Amino acid sequence: MVNLASTALPEEICPPALVQGPTEFNQVTEIVAGVAERKPPRAWYIAFTIALSLLGTLGCCLAYLFWEGVGVWGNNQPVAWGWPIVNFVFWVGIGHAGTLISAVLFLFRQNWRTSINRFAEAMTIFAVMCAGLFPGIHVGRPWFAYWLFPLPNQMDMWPNFRSPLVWDLFAVGTYATVSLLFWYIGMIPDLATFRDRSVTKIRKVLYGIFSLGWTGSNRAWHRYEKAYLLLAALATPLVLSVHSVVSFDFATAQLPGWHTTIFPPYFVAGAIFSGFGMVITLMVPARQLFGLKDLVTMRHLENMCKVIMATGMMVGYAYGMEFFISWYSGNPYEGFVFINRAFGNYYWAYWIMVSCNVIFPQLFWFKKIRRNVWAMWIIAVLVNVGMWFERFVITVSSLSRDFLPGSWHYFKPTIIDILTFAGSFGLFFTLFLLFCRYLPVIAISEIKNVMPEAHPGHHGEEGE
Amino acid sequence: MSNNQKLYGALAEFDNVDSIVAAAKECRDRGFRKWDVHTPFPVHGMDDAMGVRPTILPWLVLIGGFAGLSIAVLMQWWMNAVDYPFKISGKPFFGLPAATPVAFELTVLIASLTAVFGMLALNGLPKWFNPLFRVKRFSRACNDRFYIVVEGTDGTFDAKETPAFLESLGAIAVETVPLPDESEKLPAGVVRFAWVFTSLVLLPPALLYAARNSTSSTPRVHLVPNMDFQAKYKTQTASPLFEDGRAMRLDPSGTVARGELDFHGSFMTGKEDNGDWVTELPVPATLATMERGRERFDIYCATCHGYAGRGDGPIHQRASQLALSGQAIWVTPTNLTEQRIVDQPFGQVVNSITEGINTMPGYRQQIPAKDRWAIAYYLRALQHAQK
Repeated sequence: MVNLASTALPEEICPPALVQGPTEFNQVTEIVAGVAERKPPRAWYIAFTIALSLLGTLGCCLAYLFWEGVGVWGNNQPVAWGWPIVNFVFWVGIGHAGTLISAVLFLFRQNWRTSINRFAEAMTIFAVMCAGLFPGIHVGRPWFAYWLFPLPNQMDMWPNFRSPLVWDLFAVGTYATVSLLFWYIGMIPDLATFRDRSVTKIRKVLYGIFSLGWTGSNRAWHRYEKAYLLLAALATPLVLSVHSVVSFDFATAQLPGWHTTIFPPYFVAGAIFSGFGMVITLMVPARQLFGLKDLVTMRHLENMCKVIMATGMMVGYAYGMEFFISWYSGNPYEGFVFINRAFGNYYWAYWIMVSCNVIFPQLFWFKKIRRNVWAMWIIAVLVNVGMWFERFVITVSSLSRDFLPGSWHYFKPTIIDILTFAGSFGLFFTLFLLFCRYLPVIAISEIKNVMPEAHPGHHGEEGE
Repeated sequence: MSNNQKLYGALAEFDNVDSIVAAAKECRDRGFRKWDVHTPFPVHGMDDAMGVRPTILPWLVLIGGFAGLSIAVLMQWWMNAVDYPFKISGKPFFGLPAATPVAFELTVLIASLTAVFGMLALNGLPKWFNPLFRVKRFSRACNDRFYIVVEGTDGTFDAKETPAFLESLGAIAVETVPLPDESEKLPAGVVRFAWVFTSLVLLPPALLYAARNSTSSTPRVHLVPNMDFQAKYKTQTASPLFEDGRAMRLDPSGTVARGELDFHGSFMTGKEDNGDWVTELPVPATLATMERGRERFDIYCATCHGYAGRGDGPIHQRASQLALSGQAIWVTPTNLTEQRIVDQPFGQVVNSITEGINTMPGYRQQIPAKDRWAIAYYLRALQHAQK
């Protein structure tokens, strides 16, 4: 076949092929299934050990928290929303790239998504699980967390649906469910591929159960594709709604610095920004370790860098606009809060946020940097750092300087705060490494679908 | 025909997209009904080639979406406006703006669940038992080969002719698929496991239900004693820390709350120095005072005494319901339109608000003195209006 990448045409006219190298369907299967069938590289074991010990740390922190109560954290009046909420928003934000790549890029027929969507969807699910953890433990007595749900109870009480915290529960719950369904139904055909290649009994049985007896029947494909399209159409407004609703938690409060209408779009842009940051952070080492460079090409990484740069500028615009509005509104409290953010007691957090989110991504204007895996990895990690600090700045700087100067207070995290947050990375990476080890990391059937051989009538074009 | 019943069908293998699409067209034109094409990925144009009719799935999803929307709106309205109405921040019990986020999310949720489970149901999945899985050749169906399967139950199927026809379409291999003589039922071990698993899952909720509906003489179990018994002093408890042995501290003597500095004794308490009630209103008897009084009354008094002052406010209504089932002890709020109250001078009403009376607590801290007089003034109008 013709490998378009090897021709001399300029890229604007003829972009490099999405799949470089494998030309036979079987080869795609071999590459992806090989990841789950071969013994993983040593780096996987090292990473898994680290992830498991962090997960253990999380377990210990949670046990201590449940035993002692939320006093083990640095949360105290007036900063009652400390790290747990910062971490919640951080993880939910990361969880946005997956569904965005799966749904929005699918609707826009951006075929380059096929190599990275499975990966990003898995990341979404695990990030949303980490996110769900924090409000659950932040309620103080986590065994009463079921009070959040509209369940009949002996107190004859129902949740207050006029509260954004209840909206949040529905938004994040729906998002987690729909993302999981999206991820799972995308995986069914690939699990069937794994099933058919299984050698050991246990693999055959487990992949067999989860592939639901998929045979690649065209009548099934017909409904499957329709269901996938419908899910994408439903998930697209959903992905925009989730972080909007998260932002309502802040925006419906009267606190200066929170009570702004720019929050929903600003949060959504930030979420996509941080999500893509995390995809690059994970994808760059994974494609190296598992030999996926033919499927996840430089073009994929470059596209993601461009998305990061675009959303980074949107976030930068929002930072600027917040300042403008606080001045333009003439509200002295708003004015104080924003001056305090940039030059007050948490100035260092503010400037970490601005440099990581607005300044460093500007380096992606240079093609050399967009194509250098080391540079892009470092910038992606900085984006993650910057986005964590964004949530920290919003939550903590506003609360620590509330209406009464008498109650002002400088928030400091405790060691348990820090270990719990580090432990949530343990949960995330443990699940992620298990996913890389046992599940199809790349959507096999979708990749085959974008190969030239998959289209009737492609024969005879060879040798052009 | 008897030969056909032992066969599941005939299987033809193809090795590229073009030949499978061409072959599918031939099969369609030959008029097979029970047949299918198996490919490792959805092949463009195959639906036309096979003559697959559009699925009804989008309609199901539309119905699911409407169901989600209706459930969400009805649920929020019924829970917050009907079954358990409570005022918060002066918001209406039910309003579309506040109901929108949950309505949107449930619409998407139910529609998505319909899309996924509707797709699986229409496809007859999960179907873990399939005679095709017994064919070794078929194991490449999800990898790199393409298959046509004509089932034995198709009216035009013939054990000899059909495979020959498939062969003529350019298949690289054709074979007949026997019906396995195994049972389609799940293995006994799996069924047993499912029963045990289901019972174990149902056990905790059953125990919870039993515990909720019975009484016990043993004290409740404290799973997390540190959280249940916290090292802190509560109100009305003793503390060795202070000389008077009380955990609660009194205000230092001479403390005056903001705005409560008592320059004019009778203005604060409604009582003259000689102990008589104040009878003249010490605030201007204007419409503005009346409006202020109405506003404050509706905020502070109406929750128990009712907007018309008849002692039937929302707290009273709910508390007396709870009292009926023995869940609360409740003393009915005074009907402020009774002659006994109508006869009270302004000063006595203000004094009741300030100091509290019977089971009603004093509102000295919550309502500034000027507003207490405004309330008394408004109450007089309320009583007159209902004579």
